[in-house]
Amino acid sequence: MSTEKTTPPSPETEKIGVYVCHCGSNIAGIVDVQEVAEWAGERLKERGVVVARDYKFMCSSLGQELIEKDIQEKGLTRVVVAACSPHLHENTFRTACGRAGLNPYLCELVSIREQVSWVHTDKDAATTKSKAVVSGGVERVIHHEPLEPLVVPIHPTTLVVGGGIAGIQAALEIADAGFPVILVEREPSIGGHMAQFDKTFPTLDCSACILTPRMVSVGSHPNITLLTWSEVTRVDGYVGNFTVTIRKKPRYINTQLCTGCGICQEKCPKKIIDDVYEAGLSYRKAVYTPFPQAVPKYPVIDRENCIFFQKGTCRACEKFCPTNAIDFSQNEEYMTIEAGNIILATGYDLFDPRRVTQYGYGRLANVFTSLEFERLSNSAGPTNGNIVLRDGVTPPAAVGIIHCVGSRDRNYNNYCSVICCMQGLKFAHLVKERTGATVYNFYIDMRTAYKAYDEFYQRVLEEGTLFVRGKVAEVTDAARLPGEDGKLIIQVEDTLAGIQRRIPVDMVILSSGLEPRHDAKQVAQLFGLSCSADGWYIEKHPKLDPVATMTEGIFIAGCVQGPKDIPSSVSQGAAAAARVLGRIQQEHIALEPIRATVDETKCSGCRICNNLCPFNAILFHADRNVSEVNPALCQGCGTCVAACPAGAISGTGFSNEQILAQIEGLLLLNLTPKYTLAAL
Amino acid sequence: MSASAKPKFAMYWAASCGGCEIAVLNTHEKILDVDANFEVVFWPVAMDAKYKDVEAMPDRSILLTLFNGGIRTTENAELAHLMRQKSQILVAFGSCACEGCIPGLANLSNKQALFDTVYNSPSTTNSQETRPQPETAVPEGTLKIPYFYPVLKTLDQVVDVDYYIPGCPPESHQISAVIDLVIQVVQGKALLPAKGATIGAGESTVCDECPRQRNIKAIKKFTRIQELKVVDPALCLLEQGIPCNGPATRSGCGALCPQAGAQCIGCYGPAAGVIDYGARLMTAFASVIDSTDPQEIDAILDGLVDPAGQFYRFNLASSLLRASRSAWKSQ
Ligand SMILES: Cc1cc2nc3c(=O)[nH]c(=O)nc-3n(C[C@H](O)[C@H](O)[C@H](O)COP(=O)(O)OP(=O)(O)OC[C@H]3O[C@@H](n4cnc5c(N)ncnc54)[C@H](O)[C@@H]3O)c2cc1C
Ligand code: SF4
Ligand code: SF4
Ligand code: SF4
Ligand code: SF4
Repeated sequence: MSTEKTTPPSPETEKIGVYVCHCGSNIAGIVDVQEVAEWAGERLKERGVVVARDYKFMCSSLGQELIEKDIQEKGLTRVVVAACSPHLHENTFRTACGRAGLNPYLCELVSIREQVSWVHTDKDAATTKSKAVVSGGVERVIHHEPLEPLVVPIHPTTLVVGGGIAGIQAALEIADAGFPVILVEREPSIGGHMAQFDKTFPTLDCSACILTPRMVSVGSHPNITLLTWSEVTRVDGYVGNFTVTIRKKPRYINTQLCTGCGICQEKCPKKIIDDVYEAGLSYRKAVYTPFPQAVPKYPVIDRENCIFFQKGTCRACEKFCPTNAIDFSQNEEYMTIEAGNIILATGYDLFDPRRVTQYGYGRLANVFTSLEFERLSNSAGPTNGNIVLRDGVTPPAAVGIIHCVGSRDRNYNNYCSVICCMQGLKFAHLVKERTGATVYNFYIDMRTAYKAYDEFYQRVLEEGTLFVRGKVAEVTDAARLPGEDGKLIIQVEDTLAGIQRRIPVDMVILSSGLEPRHDAKQVAQLFGLSCSADGWYIEKHPKLDPVATMTEGIFIAGCVQGPKDIPSSVSQGAAAAARVLGRIQQEHIALEPIRATVDETKCSGCRICNNLCPFNAILFHADRNVSEVNPALCQGCGTCVAACPAGAISGTGFSNEQILAQIEGLLLLNLTPKYTLAAL
Repeated sequence: MSASAKPKFAMYWAASCGGCEIAVLNTHEKILDVDANFEVVFWPVAMDAKYKDVEAMPDRSILLTLFNGGIRTTENAELAHLMRQKSQILVAFGSCACEGCIPGLANLSNKQALFDTVYNSPSTTNSQETRPQPETAVPEGTLKIPYFYPVLKTLDQVVDVDYYIPGCPPESHQISAVIDLVIQVVQGKALLPAKGATIGAGESTVCDECPRQRNIKAIKKFTRIQELKVVDPALCLLEQGIPCNGPATRSGCGALCPQAGAQCIGCYGPAAGVIDYGARLMTAFASVIDSTDPQEIDAILDGLVDPAGQFYRFNLASSLLRASRSAWKSQ
């Protein structure tokens, strides 16, 4: 039964201030802001408006002072600002109200920029619409309730997921600042993709030389707990207080005893093609470290391929291990850790060029992927850095490098993978330097933005690499013309010369694009994040908040957020660390009090809401047959509020009264005497 | 207690089927309590009385009026105003008065279409296409019949209502409980609930009273119950893909239908605080569809063969839109 509220707010009891912003000419160019303010002052007087002003830039300190002054001098009890979108300046105006002693949540920001001036051209109509929008805001704000932020403590530990260069950077920054870090990496070693490269553009530094010192620092840092060969399986809790379950896969190596001498790997009789680190170009053993500089130095036994696990005999490694470190009895372990913040740096997968069948990868032996070429050119790789054909001995006399494979192509990925042009240029340089071969680069547009990138392009041009502008149609071994026998022929429209060309080469390198991790969506769900349609994780703001996410306390860094090069990945790792450190140092965090709550008397326990919350905030109590929202986990997204058929869930700040009042205001029903239904 | 000292009771029916009246009589011997404690002054179904008798009564002289039925004609509206004027407590009784119920479904069609259906049906001989006229001139003068409004309204869309008793019809044990309550109020032993309250019903929804086992819901297919060979007797019907309206329907009936093996169709109306029952239920169903593929989702939704009947069977007239545009516009 409905219960009477104690003195509900009404136009009679409230004193509302209305502030209409010009936003320079952004709003004032289309909306007659002065008229809107005057109209609100007159026509909405009976709705509680006691002052209405317009001002050039409401968000400037002078604009904010205007509000503060009115609150103090005129005793305003509610404030409506008609300006840009709440995303941008809601906080600004709430804070201004707070400074003047008004509860910040008694302020409503209505958008007359994004929703009016930017989308209309008719000035009169835009002005009329602005009035309606202001009227809606006034009606709504009458029903606002003063709210207090939720203050929660922050656990000082940070969880970093993914030990590529971005995760390494983030972990080191936080650990160096004196706070504990737990770094979880699912491969046996940290390092990520960068560990596979020989040289890095544009400076051609040796990748290992710059990466391994950082890896070693991570491995030995007193503040970093490194958990490799491990994965996160569950995340509970909320900003400041996450509880994370981690699955440690069995290594079958007692790391207390192992010295990393490598004898086990030497003695293991089982060879397996190494699809991960060596990109399928070489072998590893069933007991292995992915590469000699791996951190940690301990190998793992790959159970699926180990002869002992599969057939019951062998144990060669065990026999030869000088410290008795092999332990076949290990099982997977689950551990739970507490963390205040989480940084996700899980990187990318390489686009699989098999999907572009006309380029022949997987069918034509001498078509290589970019990662294969990285291994081929790596002095620690399978050919000791000799660039040779698939037969392992013949150096190529002509090489074609195809850019944008799988990128900027509606059939695959519409986006630009950012690094492939530079990577293609790097390959051209390395081929030239090591083999003297003729090199052709096939590009659609050459994208060499950023520091020293275009200079690198010029250098490669000067080195004599030939550039053909056009999208390659096909790579084939079907010879038609003299000189094509035994070659790979690249069929391409040279759009600068305006002709079709067939260019015979010995080797083709596909500059494949970057794709989100194959399991990016599941991992995102685990952490309560959202992905773009492509699968890259979405940042809180594309320009102003690139490493935060919509989930408080979870940050992203590196290629997980979108394709990027090493410098940008490192910058993001450091940026995420800075954000986390700022949080930790505050020790507490105030959470937005916009939350959903379940009225238990109304909840029927129908369980419709149970699976809907993107932040796993809803809990079902089977004993009492009711659902409950954990206020610290809830982000106030409103999904469950809309779904609950019993109307048992309400969202603070979005009550039925508020929304209906706003609609009535928008329809200007507040101006006419109420349409009486009894007037039949 | 002399007859005239007893508080006065009335019951009236407007656009309704009459089931609500039967439901009151179905309270069995409880009806004697009504007689013992009240003077029944007006109840066309149960006793003879004329409108002019009511008109002659002093304002607010009737303590309690149970008004069932929606407002379809000028006669319904006049009686609504009259009963409001003469009663201290006016109760919207049953689904028609509260939310329009089945008569309210006529709000999907305009007046012309309704008349065509009724007066030109295959079973009707009406070659001159005669339609009811509010006024007809005959040699003796002008004959008047009530005017048929373009849309059906609920009682509270026409007059101020004190309480609501939902149900199609309200369950007899709930009616008995309300009668007991009013008697106690009259005897000074209890207080009236706050004005505007829904009485004779629960605060939650039918699921709350439903004994069926429920889990996290994930629906891959909606099927009408009559098309299923096997229905699990213990599991939530909705989880079996049977579109049960229980989650959105106010509790109070005791979950009769799901207990009897049929899905709830929503006769107890929306839960407290719900503004648009159909919209609520639609979002709820949509939320638990287990697919992200638009085509598959469409196919699943095709299982809901009669959306208006599913979501608005009882409450169309009290929904946010209330009637179709063509109904609103028809004269
Ligand atoms: C062929 C090629 C050549 C390139 N050359 C250059 C170059 O010369 N210069 C340059 O600036 N950039 C280059 N790049 C780009 C460079 O690789 C990236 O910018 C950089 O590696 C991104 O680092 P990251 O840490 O974001 O991701 P990654 O390097 O992908 O690291 C992610 C890490 O997370 C781990 N991980 C993934 N999922 C999970 C999980 N669920 N749980 C735990 N751990 C997980 C992975 O195992 C991996 O260790 C090149 C890219 C390619 C493909
Ligand atoms: S949807 Fe509403 S009624 Fe159903 S369990 Fe959730 S809160 Fe309770
Ligand atoms: S509003 Fe509901 S669905 Fe959204 S975060 Fe809160 S509990 Fe979860
Ligand atoms: S069968 Fe219907 S009433 Fe019962 S729990 Fe399921 S949805 Fe609710
Ligand atoms: S279960 Fe639903 S349809 Fe059946 S009586 Fe109850 S409210 Fe009415």
